[in-house]
Amino acid sequence: MLKIDRDLGRFRDIVKGKVRRELRRYMSSGELVGKKGKDLVTIPLPQIGIPRLRFGKNQQQGVGQGEGDQGQAQPGQGHEAGEGEGQHELDVDITIDELAEILGEELELPRIEPRGSSDTSTQRTRYKGIAMNGPESLRHFKRTYRQALKRTIASGTFNPARPYIVPIKEDKRYRTFVVEKEPRSAAVLIYMMDVSGSMGKEQKEIVRSQAFWIDAWLKHNYDDVETRFIIHDATAREVDRDTFFHTRESGGTLISSAYKLCMEIIRKDYDPANWNIYPFHFSDGDNWSQSDTRLCVQMLRDDLIPVSNQFSYAQVDSQYGSGQFIKDLTAAFSGEEAVTLSRVPNRDAIMDSIRELLGKGR
Amino acid sequence: MAVVPNRFLREGRELPSELEEQRLRIEDIARNKYGLDFFETIFEMCTYEEINMIASYGGFPTRYPHWRFGMEYLQMQTSYEYGLSKIYEMVINTNPSYAYLMDCNLMVDQKLVMGHVFAHVDFFKNNLWFRHTNRRMLDQMANHATVVRTHMDKEGVGRVEQFIDLVLSIDNLIDPHLPHIRRGEAATEASVAAAEAETHSHRMPAKDYMDKHINPPEYLKEQERKRVEELERMRSFPDEPVRDVLGFLLKHAPLARWQRDIVTILRDEAYYFAPQGQTKIMNEGWATYWHTTMMTSDILTDAEVVDYADHHSGTVAMRPGQLNPYKMGVELYRHIEERWNKGRFGKDWAECTDPREQAAWDTGAGLGRQKIFEVRHTHNDVTFLDTFLTADFCREQGFFTTTYDKRAKQWVIDSREFEQVKEQLLNMLALRNTPVVYIVDANAFNRGELRLAHQYEGLDVQLDWASVTLGNLAAIWGRPVHLDTFLEGKPIRLSHDGTEIKREEVKSGTHGMST
Repeated sequence: MLKIDRDLGRFRDIVKGKVRRELRRYMSSGELVGKKGKDLVTIPLPQIGIPRLRFGKNQQQGVGQGEGDQGQAQPGQGHEAGEGEGQHELDVDITIDELAEILGEELELPRIEPRGSSDTSTQRTRYKGIAMNGPESLRHFKRTYRQALKRTIASGTFNPARPYIVPIKEDKRYRTFVVEKEPRSAAVLIYMMDVSGSMGKEQKEIVRSQAFWIDAWLKHNYDDVETRFIIHDATAREVDRDTFFHTRESGGTLISSAYKLCMEIIRKDYDPANWNIYPFHFSDGDNWSQSDTRLCVQMLRDDLIPVSNQFSYAQVDSQYGSGQFIKDLTAAFSGEEAVTLSRVPNRDAIMDSIRELLGKGR
Repeated sequence: MAVVPNRFLREGRELPSELEEQRLRIEDIARNKYGLDFFETIFEMCTYEEINMIASYGGFPTRYPHWRFGMEYLQMQTSYEYGLSKIYEMVINTNPSYAYLMDCNLMVDQKLVMGHVFAHVDFFKNNLWFRHTNRRMLDQMANHATVVRTHMDKEGVGRVEQFIDLVLSIDNLIDPHLPHIRRGEAATEASVAAAEAETHSHRMPAKDYMDKHINPPEYLKEQERKRVEELERMRSFPDEPVRDVLGFLLKHAPLARWQRDIVTILRDEAYYFAPQGQTKIMNEGWATYWHTTMMTSDILTDAEVVDYADHHSGTVAMRPGQLNPYKMGVELYRHIEERWNKGRFGKDWAECTDPREQAAWDTGAGLGRQKIFEVRHTHNDVTFLDTFLTADFCREQGFFTTTYDKRAKQWVIDSREFEQVKEQLLNMLALRNTPVVYIVDANAFNRGELRLAHQYEGLDVQLDWASVTLGNLAAIWGRPVHLDTFLEGKPIRLSHDGTEIKREEVKSGTHGMST
């Protein structure tokens, strides 16, 4: 531990404070979403520094050295021309977990209580066993020595004046791993999105932002989180994350197709006894027909909601969508604990919508 | 001088024996062969993390807690880990002097650094501008850290840190010449009291019926107003503009005891570091001059030549658009050395106008070495360039002035004329991107407000930063503050009352340096 770590910690606190204060802006602009590494978010911070009296940018004349004629551009202006000194942009990495913590504190999200799923376990290997065989690199010196010493004494060849111990093959002991089971809490996020023609680029960006924050929060709450993606227009199919956010189809919309596929995935891969299940559905509220909507409500009530911790529906307003679906769902499920419904009219509403979607602590 | 190797050395920092051997050898060469005169210099081995830490602390192992050190450390770590930059050498101006070597450097680098460092320490010890710096700064910095920590324990980390932020924002508003000057005492209270007591009346003796003609009431009123104004002027302080803003605040701002401590500490440190800013070119040039001299004539082995050449050229590389102080300094020292070796100075040389004669001029004076030692003793960057920059040197080095082309949004080469280059260089060095600002009135408008004036040289201050800075100053002063400056040639006054900034154009009579 270096002395500087304390100052570094203070600086990180300041950065986190800045993110906290500007969380709404970060959420609306979607700026962090594209900057996601494996489990780090890089936050560009312009001008975090001590302001001092100084001359303005491009006010100063300078002196240079090298070749060139009068009036010719000065060579080597790689960065933004005329940028003054001390204007460096600093990239600070914070972990997704820290970000989720900030999100939780700022939106006052309750911590999720995982459902009884303690028998979900992962296996971990730890080097705590001893074996008679193994690679030399894992030889346990002390144990081997002790073994050799015992043998030497027992065979009567031990000479205290010259206490040499020579291990033979049978004396050797090696470190080995044992498999441990650890209880883990696991969750699966099933994202469903309407990719029919009425969902535009802007709507998808909003969904992408929302998915980013939902991911962050659930990963913060569960040890293992899996994500699955379903897109649908009149039919539904499962895709990977990238396809999910970048597909645009032109067909009509049958929401029930997505719910059906979602149910199939759950039945196949996720036993509700062991998994915390979170279906999230995004659409602009258009559905093919009222009869399909009735089918959806029925599927939700009979199949999906009973197996899920929470079913969430977020309606992203588009200029084409009728926005009818959320009204129908509200009529059917108003007051139900396991259902959250949210409307996102524009980017600025992302933060409030996230609060609605994750605010129940289920 | 007998070497006492380990008295000050922290445990576990000893140089490995092959480096210690080199250190003794290089020290001997520097001191006895070339006559460098330095404090005892202690080298410590550091990992890159430690050296980055020390560098972000400005060369000291202990500083007061502050987030910006952490930020600088993070920047340096990132930059090092991406292979963008690396600190070869660091040395601090103390007695004994401490220098740091990075443990993963090549032997040839370590030798180069040692030669470089001995020259720096020679400079610290002998250059006049360092005369008033505290050579026990290592202890002083540690004491500062203790004081700040104590206050943080009492007042709360956040509160103290916030105040440090405020003060840091104005820690460039000091008078770099102050340590070298003794100023006269200010007007005393007694002299003001005397002026106040003076009840000189402007009323002329006159009969009743003539009174209002001989002593017109408007005139009397006017005279009374003038008297009050004069009195005001005397009461207003300071009577001379003050450049040491931090020092002034220390005396006159309503500060709590802990705040006073913070201001004292930051001011001490600002004054300690100031000469290093004033002598950057000279200091780096001097160190570069000596590491090249020693490496090439005494120290290098055949096998090390290529690595040495590679690393040295990195040090003196010219990046387009930037002046490299190492390069500029070392070239100017060599230029001076050559001139004084060949006797190219004095009346005869100045009067010689024949280029052929000039080119062949060599009196065999051989005074070069002696001269550069003298130069390193008396000059700072501004006087160094003012005295020794010649048209020949300027041409050889290919200097030019640049100006910002607002339409093309880029810097363009403006001129290669010697006069202009020199003027521009001196201007840059004298200002160092810090506007010269004086406190002209600490009782402005008779409301206890602080008025500062910018000694304008044609460059505008950056308004957004100036606004925040003034706000910080207002927070310390406790009353509104004003800065008289110019914006594109027009006199303006920036005022901050602690909550918001105001900008107004003012008539020149009530503006600027006049008190």
